[in-house]
Amino acid sequence: MRSAEKYTHISYLEHEGKYKGIWSWLLSTDHKKIGLLYLYSIAFFFVVAAILGLLLRLELIAPGPTIMGAQMYNGLFTLHGIIMVFIVVIPGLGAVFGNFFLPIMIGAKDVAFPRLNLLSWYVFIIGALLGVASQFAGDGPPDTGWTFYVPYSAQSATNVIFALTAAFVLGFSSILTGINFIVTIHRMRAPGMGWFKMPLFPWSLYATAWIQVLATPIIGITLLMVIAERTLNIGFFDPALGGDPLLFQHLFWIYSHPAVYIMILPAMGVVTEIFPTFSQKPVFGYGAIVVSSLAIAFVGYFVWGHHMFTSGISYWSRWFFSFLSFVVAIPSAIKVFNWISTMYGGSIDLKPPLLYAISFIFLFMIGGFTGLTLGALATNVHLHDTSFVVAHFHYIIFGGMGFAFFAGIHYWYPKMYGRMYNIRLANIAWGVLFTGFNLLYFPLFIIGLQGMPRRYFDYLPQFHAGHFISTIGAIILIIGIFMMMYNLIYYRHRGPVAPSNPWKGVTLEWQIESPPTHENFDVIPEIKHPPYLFKKEPQT
Amino acid sequence: MTNTNSHAHPVDNEAGKLGMWIFLFTELFLFGGLFLVYAVFRAKYSEGFHSGANDLNAMVGTINTVVLLVSSMTVAMSITAIQKGSNKKAILFLLSTIVLALVFMVNKYFEWVHKFELNLFPGSLALQSLERGELMFFSLYYMMTGLHALHVIIGLTLLVICIFQIKAGNTHKGQYLLLENSGLYWHLVDLIWIFLFPLLYLLT
Repeated sequence: MRSAEKYTHISYLEHEGKYKGIWSWLLSTDHKKIGLLYLYSIAFFFVVAAILGLLLRLELIAPGPTIMGAQMYNGLFTLHGIIMVFIVVIPGLGAVFGNFFLPIMIGAKDVAFPRLNLLSWYVFIIGALLGVASQFAGDGPPDTGWTFYVPYSAQSATNVIFALTAAFVLGFSSILTGINFIVTIHRMRAPGMGWFKMPLFPWSLYATAWIQVLATPIIGITLLMVIAERTLNIGFFDPALGGDPLLFQHLFWIYSHPAVYIMILPAMGVVTEIFPTFSQKPVFGYGAIVVSSLAIAFVGYFVWGHHMFTSGISYWSRWFFSFLSFVVAIPSAIKVFNWISTMYGGSIDLKPPLLYAISFIFLFMIGGFTGLTLGALATNVHLHDTSFVVAHFHYIIFGGMGFAFFAGIHYWYPKMYGRMYNIRLANIAWGVLFTGFNLLYFPLFIIGLQGMPRRYFDYLPQFHAGHFISTIGAIILIIGIFMMMYNLIYYRHRGPVAPSNPWKGVTLEWQIESPPTHENFDVIPEIKHPPYLFKKEPQT
Repeated sequence: MTNTNSHAHPVDNEAGKLGMWIFLFTELFLFGGLFLVYAVFRAKYSEGFHSGANDLNAMVGTINTVVLLVSSMTVAMSITAIQKGSNKKAILFLLSTIVLALVFMVNKYFEWVHKFELNLFPGSLALQSLERGELMFFSLYYMMTGLHALHVIIGLTLLVICIFQIKAGNTHKGQYLLLENSGLYWHLVDLIWIFLFPLLYLLT
């Protein structure tokens, strides 16, 4: 039933701008509306790629071809990877919650370059459409995997150029967003908000933005070189033409490893906002979290070689990259201790955002520890290119970034829409999601250890049990995703009106109306205290 | 309540310049990838790169270097002119920058056409039959100068827009961020050429 209650203010959703109807969204330079544009487009592509993932799992339910052949399987896992990595996960949290909440949390009315912000969304959409077009235009879906390894990507008869161009264009959008956020944080913090009075989600976006700006051009030029290789027959990477395929792997991972931190740093930022609010306690070790974010961003540049341990790079470079990969685990572990210490002794309120945030820690730890297994030289030789790797990075990317995204949407939903979803249904959906997730990915660790290679559409009978459980998990996971989305979509208009501060949060976004007004703040606040100061409830 | 769609910002020129500088860094990294590839293959095929560079006409390269350096100066003079309030001079200096840029492009055009006449273009049989190192040298030559030429065209477009903005009165003594940022971009185009010139023409 539609609630009869009305807001007393005009929110950004009803704000009458220069344009009417759909154009008030498509031409809006309001950071909140652009955040929602990103949310809807990313959610759409997430569902598409998740269904592709389900199809891949269904193919693997039994040995032999079940619902598709090898070429189809190669095309689908390539598309699944490209959409999930370049369209959903890399922009994901930054573009949606960063756009919506970064200006609000630092007490600004918008980002530094609002029109550039809208342009980034259009560039993003063009890139996304190119990615989809690669499936239908030309000579069949690309089958190189999202990593585009040369020489195969230079030789494959499929439509690789479209996919390469899509990734290039999406990178451009990512750079523009990064520049925008860096300048916003430098120039637009509210009076009194020094760097160390800034909340931690903006801090994580700041570290992320620098990686976006400094790493993305490298993949840009690399993709251009592969395009030149295919169109102009220039042999940068093809050994048959005098090129060096290892050089491609280096250039590719110089970007694509830091890209993992583009994915996970904002996720860490989101859960860092959630733990203090639901423990009603200041965050433990503010400085340590800031420094560890910057340390991850910095050290993350120098570990790319751990993707190439079996490619034939020298012993000393393997040693060096392995050592640095262990080093980069330290700041991540520091954050885990900070989150747990934040909860220690707090008055914990186990609402859906906190459930997702806690499961983030759980899944991220499994992903992190198996990452160390892969980062060690001896075990890597055994595990390289097995489904162990697939399980590892899904625990980090989906269990980490994905669950943090779900945590964020459940946390900020009442602020974004001014309505509350059904808490009970949200809890149930979380349970289904969490069960499905572990059923889906955990067996892949085990069969990977036993030697199941990744990217194969067929397998030996001894892996059947693991694959079967995994596919059942995939079905449960998809059900969980749809339950969660149903809850969020259904109660968008029908949910009870949310108060401006339903979780008793203390950062700036909870001090303004839900949903915020067009200008966010009537008067720009003056910041006198560090963030996360909770008033003690009077004793009764 | 105001009925506008964009938030009323006080114009923050510092923000605009900071954003531009960061963008220029991304451009440097874009070319940095190519410089890295150049370094790798130069080490691998130093002989071929040596003879490849000998085939390029250092005179054309030198002329183009001087032309770009002077154009960088004129764009800087145009910014000084607008700071002093002389729109007319600013437009004049911008026009001379544009002329110099066109000279650069025409020079480049003849250089490329000459190579094409020798059948040395990407993918051609003559090029493929060259020794590996020379093949890689010419591949990099076309990739690097091609990408640079694209940047010259983008810079040119920006300078033309600047002229129209000055004429329209949007860029003037009090507000010349667009001109300043376009000037910065033009200096980047110049700077990258300063590195391309010795790497491709002089290191024989």
